[in-house]
Amino acid sequence: MTELRSPARSGATAAKAAAPASEPPLPANLRRNAPLVPTDSAASRALAAVIAILTFLAALCAGAAEIAVSSASQWQGSVAQEVTVQIRPGAGRDIEADVKRAESLARAAPGIAGARIFSKAESERLLEPWLGSGLDMSDLPVPRLIALTLTSDRSPDLAGLRTALTEALPGVASLDDHALWLQRLSTMANTFAGIGIGIVLLVLFATGLAVVFATRGAMAGNREVVEVLHFVGADDDYIAKAFQSRFFRLGLRGGALGAGAALLTCALAGLFARMVRSGPAGDEIEALFGTFQIGWRGYAMIVLIGVIASLVTAAVSRFTVRRFLR
Amino acid sequence: MSAGMKTGSLLSGAEEPVVRFESVGMRYGLGPEVLSDVSFEIAPHSFQFLTGPSGAGKTTLLRLILLSVRPTRGIVSVFGREVSGISNDALTGLRRRMGVVFQDFRLLDHLTTYENVALPLRVQERAEASYRAEVVELLRWVGLGERMHVLPPLLSGGEKQRAAIARALIARPELLLADEPTGNVDPSLARRLLRLFMELNRLGTSVVIATHDYGLMDLVEARRMVLADGRLRVEGP
Repeated sequence: MTELRSPARSGATAAKAAAPASEPPLPANLRRNAPLVPTDSAASRALAAVIAILTFLAALCAGAAEIAVSSASQWQGSVAQEVTVQIRPGAGRDIEADVKRAESLARAAPGIAGARIFSKAESERLLEPWLGSGLDMSDLPVPRLIALTLTSDRSPDLAGLRTALTEALPGVASLDDHALWLQRLSTMANTFAGIGIGIVLLVLFATGLAVVFATRGAMAGNREVVEVLHFVGADDDYIAKAFQSRFFRLGLRGGALGAGAALLTCALAGLFARMVRSGPAGDEIEALFGTFQIGWRGYAMIVLIGVIASLVTAAVSRFTVRRFLR
Repeated sequence: MSAGMKTGSLLSGAEEPVVRFESVGMRYGLGPEVLSDVSFEIAPHSFQFLTGPSGAGKTTLLRLILLSVRPTRGIVSVFGREVSGISNDALTGLRRRMGVVFQDFRLLDHLTTYENVALPLRVQERAEASYRAEVVELLRWVGLGERMHVLPPLLSGGEKQRAAIARALIARPELLLADEPTGNVDPSLARRLLRLFMELNRLGTSVVIATHDYGLMDLVEARRMVLADGRLRVEGP
């Protein structure tokens, strides 16, 4: 037998002396640093599919909530830009003079951009949906309305205007700032947002549970890998990281697929809604469902949900592995 | 290679033993005791065989040294540290000072031969470039230079064995445990691998080879720890 060299020691020497050029050439097809935990299994694909589906549902739900909230805030915005002064006909009073007086008071108030008086005919027309057309309403004490447009740059002194109107035209003029209507809209929008957030959290929780089961399955299936890693000197943290990186990749794949599908669905729905809107029933559909545009905030939210699903996957798998190894 | 090569402990007992068992007993569950009152020491830089008939408890004894099972009774100390109630971090530290060759190789089938051999260095989170030359040289030395990109299921029994040995050696352990390391190779390769273990021992590593190949043991004059019916008897120098 020939004289032996110590491969380990001489290897170390070689490594110390190694300039990059003197390193032994490696085969071109040599794979290095492949994932320590095997990745390509049916269970992995199933988990990625579950994460994708859950992310898709969560993202759609968030998108729907976003549509509801943004439509509500659009309505709120347009409603809040106007206040209405109502002048009731009083016994022995000249309603036209009262209307003129109220208008001049309103125009003088700060923060009022414009005032439009609804004529008698216009006021009567507003009642048509309830009373029917073709009636002679000259005997009815139909109140008159003045729509005031608010400036957007400074906050109007509505309380001051209300006091001025009440003082100038007591028992006749009243100011409606739509506060009740706005409050209802805001409650509805908040409810939609709350339901959306609740469903997204539930779906993320379900994702976490699915990952717990999948991680425990993977740990059981890779018991030998874990044992060998322990024997060659890997600590629990290193093993947990190996599993975490595997599941993070799966979560990323699932999250990207789910969020991508949700983005596509929203974009297609927006396109479809725009096509339908140009048809005869478009106005009704738009009134019912809004514009079906989720805007950049909605798209960002969908992407964020995909990212959160991946992070939840990684964090839950790491936690599960640490508990399993303990 | 001729019989009667002298080896064994090179140093006096002044140094702390690498492994010390004191009245160790071991049973699995409620079964009978696999090991009873086993006491021995493995001195630093020593070379010994662990032998005995199949089922005598060789693998269990190696598992006790590897700290993958805990004794039912008695005291096990590794590298001077008593191991009952040892923390996980300390356990990892002790295992990094050992190399192990399993009877069934335990190569990871989804990693190439190169990746398998590099594993002990990789789990220490060293950069791949820092150990590449070392791993390749060792692989070439054990005759796997052309097989480093192959996955273990495609290796022959002997190649797997050599890969497993290379993996045990790559981190230059202070203690090498080998369970039937020459069981799947032809006699000439078995002798060559034995020479490798001896060379490693000469450089300071304590070596324990579990085998029941008397032909192999006769090649070296070394201490023999003989297990029979769960009890240990030490023969030789």
